Amino acid sequence: MILLQLAADGLLLGAVYALFSSGLTLIWGMMNVVNFAHGDFVMLAMYIAFFSFTLLKLEPIVFVPLAAVLLFALGGLVYYALVRHVMRGPMLAQILSTFGLALFLRYTALWAFSANFVSLPSGLVGGVYDLGGLRLAASHLIAGFSALLLTLGLHLLLTRTDLGSRMLAVSEDRVAAELVGVRPDPMQALAWGLGAAATGVAGALIALFFYVSPEVGNSFLLLAFVTVCLGGFGSVPGALLAGVAIGVIESFSAYWLGPATKDAVVLALFILLLWVRPQGLFGRA
Amino acid sequence: MSPILLRVSGLAVRYGDLLGVGEVSLEVFEGNAVALLGANGAGKTTTLKAIAGLEKASAGEIEFAGERIDGKPAYAIVGRGIALSPEGWRLFVQQTVEQNLRLGATALRERARLGELLDRVFALFPQLGQRRRQRAGTLSGGERQMLALGRALMSDPKLLMLDEPSLGLAPAVVDSLYETLARLRASGLTLLLAEQSLELALEIADTAFVLETGRTVLSGPAREIAERPELARAYLGAAL
Repeated sequence: MILLQLAADGLLLGAVYALFSSGLTLIWGMMNVVNFAHGDFVMLAMYIAFFSFTLLKLEPIVFVPLAAVLLFALGGLVYYALVRHVMRGPMLAQILSTFGLALFLRYTALWAFSANFVSLPSGLVGGVYDLGGLRLAASHLIAGFSALLLTLGLHLLLTRTDLGSRMLAVSEDRVAAELVGVRPDPMQALAWGLGAAATGVAGALIALFFYVSPEVGNSFLLLAFVTVCLGGFGSVPGALLAGVAIGVIESFSAYWLGPATKDAVVLALFILLLWVRPQGLFGRA
Repeated sequence: MSPILLRVSGLAVRYGDLLGVGEVSLEVFEGNAVALLGANGAGKTTTLKAIAGLEKASAGEIEFAGERIDGKPAYAIVGRGIALSPEGWRLFVQQTVEQNLRLGATALRERARLGELLDRVFALFPQLGQRRRQRAGTLSGGERQMLALGRALMSDPKLLMLDEPSLGLAPAVVDSLYETLARLRASGLTLLLAEQSLELALEIADTAFVLETGRTVLSGPAREIAERPELARAYLGAAL
């Protein structure tokens, strides 16, 4: 029973990991730009959730979509104001620019919100469900299932619609895409917007059961990197499976080896995997 | 005489300090097939890219259907009716045959015609119809050429430009490609073709323009051009 409980907890958490990692994989895989500010996008979304509730008395059903919309706008803005210009430059310029953005967001948050840990009241989405001995918190269930649905939705958007096909075309061959009539800039801005929006939803969902602080993005950034490498760059289904796998591994190792070791276990397994399969589980060689 | 569809005059393209082409002029009449000839590096690809909007003209004018198009971006030019099938085809190999074709119709304004255009491509290349759900990366060389041509046709162009369409293809495949091009031309499509193989190009073309180190050095009816000694010089260099 305890194993089943651990697996269920891991799965639900993993779905949320998958969602914010698919945001990163979309941007990374599509444009070859590593967004070091990704963790700080999660942080911003968590603060949006927190202040929506404490200041505006908004319910999760309102503030989760709100976080998506605001982060979508932020993603598009970051593309047009920053990324579009540094993409023409050397790799180092791209890395430093998103790294700089990360620092900017983090220290602005520190200045505006102070370094204190805050959190939403734990009963915000109430209760714990008991499914034949399996105890699942409503907040985890909601977070896990919304994340799962959105990740699948993102995947379908990319693979089943003309819009998704155009976005992927720009990522595969920008020149050929332009030749058939695709304007690259709006497609890439859209990729940034969608990637950030996915991250926004994930952040707002995580805020339901996780503390918020200006530094909180750090751990999520590392986790997202591992998930994306594991799943293969640019692969949303890869991010989904990798995210869930990491959630489950963390859940089990926290139980058997103690909560402090869960990151170490994930990273150790990650290194082992890269040894045998450097392109990730679903990546193309 | 049919009206001029495309007129390029005094075109120059610079890559930094390097001159891609220096002084290219050519005209394409509606309904004609025109060959752009010249040795490797003579500027054929650069000329086609400049017409398609992928390279910026640093001097000269490009006029299509009576309007200036130089300086316009590639995604806008394809909407005006010029499709370029680039060298090496540049298919979206991660996507399916059908997705590639649908992408080809991105610039199409009347979306209702998409189905009709797809049917036209599948009628032209039944093999593509059989493989419509397959990834483009799994196709053979001949099928890739068909898909590249099909993708270019999906924008329903008035002018189809092909850059080295026969490069790297088996002779039998090249024959069927040129048969298809002849059929397209007979159906009224205007063609501009950069081709290394003189024999192939002159087989289909009405007129030809010969480029040498970035300038137009010779032009005229294809049959006459084939006889001119300057053609050999343009291909083999002035040393001969």
